[in-house]
Amino acid sequence: MKILVCICSVPDTTSKISFTDGDTKLNKAGVTYIIGPYDDYALARAVELKEQLGATITVLNVGGADAEPQIRKALAIGADDAIRVDVEPTDSYFVAEQIAAVAKEGNYDLILMGRETSDYNSGVVHGIVAEMLGISSFSPVMQLEINGNEANLTREIEGGKEKLTASLPLVLGCQEPIAEWKIPNMRGIMTARTKPLKVIPAAGLALTTTEKYSMPAPKGACKMIPAEDAEKLIELLKTEAKVL
Amino acid sequence: MILILTEIADGAIKKSSLEAIYYGSKIAEMMETTASALAIGNTDSAELSKAGNFGATKVFHANDSKLLNLNSMAYASVLAETVKNTGAKVIVAAKSSFNDAVIARTAGALRAAVVGNVTELPNLSKGFQVKVSIFTGKAFADVNVNADIKILAIKKNVVVPVESNNVALVENISPTLASNLFAEKVTETIKATGMISLPEADLVVSGGRGMKGPEYWQPLLDLADALGAATACSKPVSDLDWRPHHEHVGQTGVKVSPNLYIACGISGAIQHLAGVNSSKVLVVINKDPEAPFFKAADYGIVGDVFEVLPKLTKAILANK
Repeated sequence: MKILVCICSVPDTTSKISFTDGDTKLNKAGVTYIIGPYDDYALARAVELKEQLGATITVLNVGGADAEPQIRKALAIGADDAIRVDVEPTDSYFVAEQIAAVAKEGNYDLILMGRETSDYNSGVVHGIVAEMLGISSFSPVMQLEINGNEANLTREIEGGKEKLTASLPLVLGCQEPIAEWKIPNMRGIMTARTKPLKVIPAAGLALTTTEKYSMPAPKGACKMIPAEDAEKLIELLKTEAKVL
Repeated sequence: MILILTEIADGAIKKSSLEAIYYGSKIAEMMETTASALAIGNTDSAELSKAGNFGATKVFHANDSKLLNLNSMAYASVLAETVKNTGAKVIVAAKSSFNDAVIARTAGALRAAVVGNVTELPNLSKGFQVKVSIFTGKAFADVNVNADIKILAIKKNVVVPVESNNVALVENISPTLASNLFAEKVTETIKATGMISLPEADLVVSGGRGMKGPEYWQPLLDLADALGAATACSKPVSDLDWRPHHEHVGQTGVKVSPNLYIACGISGAIQHLAGVNSSKVLVVINKDPEAPFFKAADYGIVGDVFEVLPKLTKAILANK
């Protein structure tokens, strides 16, 4: 089985976000970058499937050279080789176009990624890729078992979940609890250094550009209500906040 | 023309879709064109004509029995075909996990730009610019959409619809449904019934580890019941299986933007705030006055949730 795991490189979820250059660029100073948290679940499940069934895992990133530590980490966790499409991941369609081009070359049985990136949170890349390849896609997938040419999976739906079966190849957007995040061991870190990482140019053009960033308006002070007068809250929510 | 992908649940247009129709009709006004809705699934024309009250002049209705299951491949095929037939250049959908899947595939089929988490009407003086929420609500980006076909997924509460008496004309359509669209087999659907949908809810009551255990949830459920609110929880609570995963709100769970979010016994880790920071009003109840959540809250009560919650429930019931 051949698995392609797509990872993005994003600021750690606890990062304080700020901007520079007249609010046109993300301020990267002091920000730790990580593998997208959802992509990390996809990678962990891919490594488990490799251990259970035997598979080769290619990790794919669309991004600049500064994403390479995250790619090496994915290799240390258990991917066999890596491809980086050397371009800034500007919009969903554009990123999907790069992924689909790599996928067409590689004939993968499974294309896994997170349900969404933690920067733009659009959650559409897996669906666009699948449409470009003419295959099925599901998201968010919480459980995945492979039986021969068939996948049994559980996806979350509003207010519940749904179990379904579908034939490979598939594109899946993953989320917890599909697998536990994996931490690379020393041997993994050593071998990752020599695993192949191919850098290829991008194709196509971005469909969107970001002109400017901004921060939300600062929050006013929190109005405290003594616990013994808790009822007062309901009155304030009605008359002052007008939400009841 | 502006085309709005309209979700039907239990025979009714979802509230988030009515907002999307209103949003689409406002863009139509700005662009001096009309807004039409595309509804897929089982409902009747009386319900569909409601789309007119929210600004659509027309509703395209696809009601093939094959479309009863939520199959994103089939729905996307219907949407893409309708876009081609109508020449629509702007497609609007309410942000939801199913709509995301449908618009994604549609974008792939039509080479359309998709922008998610749109928070305002577009700025047409700058071509076609939209403001989107990024980093789960920590910041915003002004994005220029340069593609010929543009698909916008809008967040809840982006517009406050003003209803009119206008009625939409309903046109039944029979889209092409290729057999390869129906390869997936759903074997089991497990869905909480009679519950208020969390992503759609205007009011949400949410519990954290401060609720002590699943057996102590009743006071929270009582308050939610009295308010007509949806229930939610923090990540540790769903990780511990105290509550189902689909209730988990936060960075890696559901992102909500209700009018009112009441957090009970939740400390307010940055990952939790990411899921709730676009709520209009945040109320925090916690016995720890140092809980970081108070810094993000509009109203706070320092106290024992098991004493405070029954008082709130009583106050609501007394006012009814």
